[in-house]
Amino acid sequence: MKFQEIANQARIRWQEIWNDQVPVILVGTATCGRAAGALEVLQAIRDTVIKQNLNCLIYEVGCMGHCYAEPLVILRKPGFPSICYGRVNPVLAENLINNFILSDDPCLEFVLGALEENDLIPSFSDFPRSKYEKRILLKNCGHINPEEIEHYIANGGYESLSKALQMKSEDIISEVKRSKLRGLGGAGFPTGEKWDICRHSEGELKYLICNGDEGDPGAFMDRAILESDPHSVIEGMVIAGYAIGARHGYIYVRAEYPLAVQRVQNALLQAEKYKFLGENILGSDFSFDVKLFQGSGAFVCGEETALIASIEGKPGIPRYRPPYPALQGLFGKPTLINNVKTLAYIPHIIKNGADWFLQMGTERSKGTAVFALAGKVVNTGLVEVPMGTTLRQLIFQVGGGITKGKRFKAVQIGGPSGGCLPESALDLPIDFESLQQRGAMMGSGGMVVLDEDDCMVEVARYFLDFTQKESCGKCTLCRLGTKQMLDILEDISKGHGKMEDLETLEELAEDIKQGSLCGLGRTAPNPVLTTLRYFREEYEAHIKEGRCPALMCQTLIAYYILPEKCARGCDACVGTCTVEAISTDKKRRIKVIDQEKCVKCNTCLSACPPQYDAVIRLSPPDKVPKAGFTPTLTLPRRGGGNL
Amino acid sequence: MRGESELVMKNISLTIDGKKIRAHEGDKLLWAALENRIYIPNLCAIQEKMQPTASCRLCFVEVEGEDEPVIACTEPVKEGMVVNTRGKNALRLARTSAELLVASHPVDCAHCLKNRFCELQKIVKHLGIKLKTKRFRRLERNLPIDESSPLFIYDPNKCVLCGKCVWVCQEKLGVGAIGFTRRGFKRMVSTFQDKPLGESACGQCAECVKVCPVGSLTFKDKNLPSQKVSE
Repeated sequence: MKFQEIANQARIRWQEIWNDQVPVILVGTATCGRAAGALEVLQAIRDTVIKQNLNCLIYEVGCMGHCYAEPLVILRKPGFPSICYGRVNPVLAENLINNFILSDDPCLEFVLGALEENDLIPSFSDFPRSKYEKRILLKNCGHINPEEIEHYIANGGYESLSKALQMKSEDIISEVKRSKLRGLGGAGFPTGEKWDICRHSEGELKYLICNGDEGDPGAFMDRAILESDPHSVIEGMVIAGYAIGARHGYIYVRAEYPLAVQRVQNALLQAEKYKFLGENILGSDFSFDVKLFQGSGAFVCGEETALIASIEGKPGIPRYRPPYPALQGLFGKPTLINNVKTLAYIPHIIKNGADWFLQMGTERSKGTAVFALAGKVVNTGLVEVPMGTTLRQLIFQVGGGITKGKRFKAVQIGGPSGGCLPESALDLPIDFESLQQRGAMMGSGGMVVLDEDDCMVEVARYFLDFTQKESCGKCTLCRLGTKQMLDILEDISKGHGKMEDLETLEELAEDIKQGSLCGLGRTAPNPVLTTLRYFREEYEAHIKEGRCPALMCQTLIAYYILPEKCARGCDACVGTCTVEAISTDKKRRIKVIDQEKCVKCNTCLSACPPQYDAVIRLSPPDKVPKAGFTPTLTLPRRGGGNL
Repeated sequence: MRGESELVMKNISLTIDGKKIRAHEGDKLLWAALENRIYIPNLCAIQEKMQPTASCRLCFVEVEGEDEPVIACTEPVKEGMVVNTRGKNALRLARTSAELLVASHPVDCAHCLKNRFCELQKIVKHLGIKLKTKRFRRLERNLPIDESSPLFIYDPNKCVLCGKCVWVCQEKLGVGAIGFTRRGFKRMVSTFQDKPLGESACGQCAECVKVCPVGSLTFKDKNLPSQKVSE
């Protein structure tokens, strides 16, 4: 069957779904949805539909990016726009069907937004954030069923493959080159150049690898794309394979992403059935197959040479480059390695042309970037914005600002390899160069927002602990250097630091950065270097005063009950204390914490009713007044502030 | 690349520390220097190995025209290249690596069988650092010493993870009794399932002992020479 016929059929069926008089129910069941209970919601919907003997279509879809509002359900009823509901639970799901599908009440109080513009309810495009967003890679995510290839085809899928197969491979490469697309895995190497090198490297047999080993804490862009729109990645792979003359491809996905593994596996089978993969793709001379390879949980395997070793069955340990994989990669053959997002971009560039792509972005970084917003930001989830959008727009307009009305402190970009940028960097337009200049990096796109309650020493310690554990241990500087740095940071966060330690940290960080063998070591010191650069006073407070300004480092804080705020008759804290450290001072009729017994578990602070707000944290711990003495203290806000 | 150069065997000339030397095109800088009696600290380098390990991070040198120090074991020699092995930046990186190794290496040299034949000792002297480093804290691993082999002792605490023993056992001899296990700071040379060497697939050829640059693998019989230190 010709591609045009396949596409027409798919389009007709897709139209039927939406134009028919039958209601359609979409449930977001990507990992983020499942974690929030989407499968229970899906079950409740199925049960209700059976109970009410309803004629309707139910589809599982991927992640729309609004992870803060999961589980998401989209209801489409003839005569109404498609309406998306957020934070749906099984009871609400049943009610929605009973009230909206069976009666005509769209339950406005639970609506998140409508998918298309209408005069009944606000649509997503009316959200202030939509002014900044530009969804290209995420366009299909949450709107199509990732397990139905026809949904993808009906939305323009595999059109670019069919177009590409009519083109000469050098023309494809020159189009990609002209688009100035850069590797979205973090390093930003020009994609077209890489393809060109690989195409011209000697050897009949070439490989293509899609790097989906996304291991940064707080990053989930690749997962969402693989789970929500796996065919876009496969299509990009086949086009890339055709352009460089590869015969075999691998998708390297972490085994910790079981749903992504399952959906990619399913997508591969479907693509084969439709002749988008395998022998003589779409009747052409080109043959290409793709295997799925599951990584087994090593962060360092995201580094290309380690990833290749891992597929070869060897320990995932990086090797010295050159030779670069484009010349000598998998099994010694020329190998092209691209990130999930880079490959997912290819169909769009082939379809719309390089000029379309060049319109977006900054001078040196074109197109859009996908970020995973996490941490203390209101709208956690996935966002796609044009390169050059400022951090402020991203965090405050798209992300909705800081949770609980707290103050923004820093944003950690690029995971363990990236850096923490302070408030003064908020107006920085995001692109590969600007971030690097400030000591952070694009990384694969993880963005963790930190507020005034986050201790920057602790943040640096956390990320270094991660890289230390994930370092393969091959090269001296990374193996022993990061361990030395971690020990120093642990000392500082316990109040045992010395001022000379900061110098050692800085020297060591520079040497590790410059002298390590692979990218992991070369970027591991970034969180420490950037926090030292922008938040040095916090380090100094820990060292000189034994004080943690964010009241986070356990050793440097103490819990205290303010006598004048403590409601005499209330026993909430006494009851919750796990170690019986809180007793009642009978004479003064107040609650007192025995500092010797206290394990600083924070339960009394959360148990104290907000109207009293009597439990506070003090740093350094010796600020706690001696028994029998009522101090005059200026009162901090609950849980925050610094006395 | 080396394959081609062996066929052509083009000679080129370069300068290291002011000394003009000749080398074959495609040769790595480290070997060109060592063959001309110019010492550059190294632990993991194996000349026979096609792909340099480049893991000890000790052979940093400065090359004119390069912004950053380069690793001599991976850097191919080039015609007219001007190399400085004593440049400030290169020495800074090499010293940091060496100090890190010393900080996690037992420095009870007087009682070590490898005393005076130890490559690490030589490097410490060459780089002018101290055995007791002040900058870093001591990070010892306190792993059990394996004396199960009839011929030799394996002390993992002294191991610098250069990988020479693993290369000889796996690549050169094809025995595969030992290999790297674990990762990060816990990385070590060990046997399958961490069995003592005497109970492992090890055939007691003791080739590993001969290549160990430090006192991690030593013969029980003190008359048997452990590895000779390079000059």
